[in-house]
Amino acid sequence: MLIVEIQKRLPHFELDVKFSVANEIVVLFGPSGSGKTTILNCIAGISKPAAGIIRLNDTILFENKKVFVPIQKRNIGYVFQDYALFPHMTVWKNIAYGMQNESFVKNLMKELRIEHLRDKYPSEISGGEKQRVAIARAIATEPDALLLDEPFSALDNQTRVKGHEELLRIHKLWRIPIILVTHHLEEAKKLGNRILYLHEGKICDSEMNVNLIQS
Amino acid sequence: MNYSPLILSLKTATIATFIVFVTGVVLARLISRNSFRGKSIIEAIILLPLVLPPTVVGFGLLYIFGKNGFIGRLLLDWFDFQIVFTWYAVVIAAVVVSFPLMYQSASAAFRQYDPNIENAAYTMGASKWRVFWTISFPLAWPGLLAGLVLSFARALGEFGATLMLAGYIPNVTDTIPLAIYFAVESGNLEAAKFWVIIIVALGFSAILWLNWWSKRNMMRHVQK
Repeated sequence: MLIVEIQKRLPHFELDVKFSVANEIVVLFGPSGSGKTTILNCIAGISKPAAGIIRLNDTILFENKKVFVPIQKRNIGYVFQDYALFPHMTVWKNIAYGMQNESFVKNLMKELRIEHLRDKYPSEISGGEKQRVAIARAIATEPDALLLDEPFSALDNQTRVKGHEELLRIHKLWRIPIILVTHHLEEAKKLGNRILYLHEGKICDSEMNVNLIQS
Repeated sequence: MNYSPLILSLKTATIATFIVFVTGVVLARLISRNSFRGKSIIEAIILLPLVLPPTVVGFGLLYIFGKNGFIGRLLLDWFDFQIVFTWYAVVIAAVVVSFPLMYQSASAAFRQYDPNIENAAYTMGASKWRVFWTISFPLAWPGLLAGLVLSFARALGEFGATLMLAGYIPNVTDTIPLAIYFAVESGNLEAAKFWVIIIVALGFSAILWLNWWSKRNMMRHVQK
């Protein structure tokens, strides 16, 4: 269970959110600049909230001025918006960078259909392939939670749809809290067990996705 | 022909460049990516020798390392040692004037890749040290190498500050630029011409090599 309470002053508004994520996919939906990436960065430990609490299972990752666990120790996977693959390393070296268990990772690469890319460099693979490598890299660390910042936004429709199916399949394999940021409503409704609507730093609505069919 | 200027210039420029590279890279890494109060002032101080006349830099160094200077006096009292008019002074002058070049190149080098690449490595549990050696340094390397070559060239060519702090002592502090000046002064144009050709050749090959290496590096990235 991931519990998130964040207050942080941003350039145009005050970010003030409170929500929790069980072993489900929660979507943060909102226009650009509504604070979605900041929330992910605070959860990952890249940014520091002014106040609040972030707790993952039994561990407090952040609590006001008292506790701040550094990024390295949080064990939270993060798929960045531009994937942030290591350009000077092969796909295999990217994924193995934080790998815990080689056979788990090899199986993961098979699931994501990227085995054949292992000796290629990020500049040699397509957008869709980069996205799958980024997801594999994040899951290879066997994280306790996963954050995805608009992971499908740079992809064409067909690749995007495949990406959705892969994420849902991965979630079956690795059941952890997942937070997905998107400004694509259709995507939110397809992937999220719950959707949190964000506007200028506040959750203005939330929705249980009763239409989501778990196949 | 006395080759002491060549040996001295290469020795002092190499040592100065090594010092400047290590300190420049560390400082640039610490300062350039973070914002904190006073950052602009600190960076302005670091870059000052770039815009000041070398004689002003020399004056400042004499003020610190001279007989009555803050550090100069300490060294004299404690170790009976004077830095001025020694080859150490040549190294110090070279370090001060070439440091801003290395710092600027390193800052730019560390800023030209996506910071999320480092963040991604942190989220995978890598320590700051591991991230520096496996991510930051390799990605910044092309820019750092350019800074290294420019700093070496600047250290090699330093004249004004060197003259003030180290003086011109044949076989002790006679770097190539000083040797050229004093050869001309004393009418020995043959010697002056000789050293001019040597230093132009050194500078020219450095720039040529750097251009070639940058192009090759870019081609490799494009191909990759």
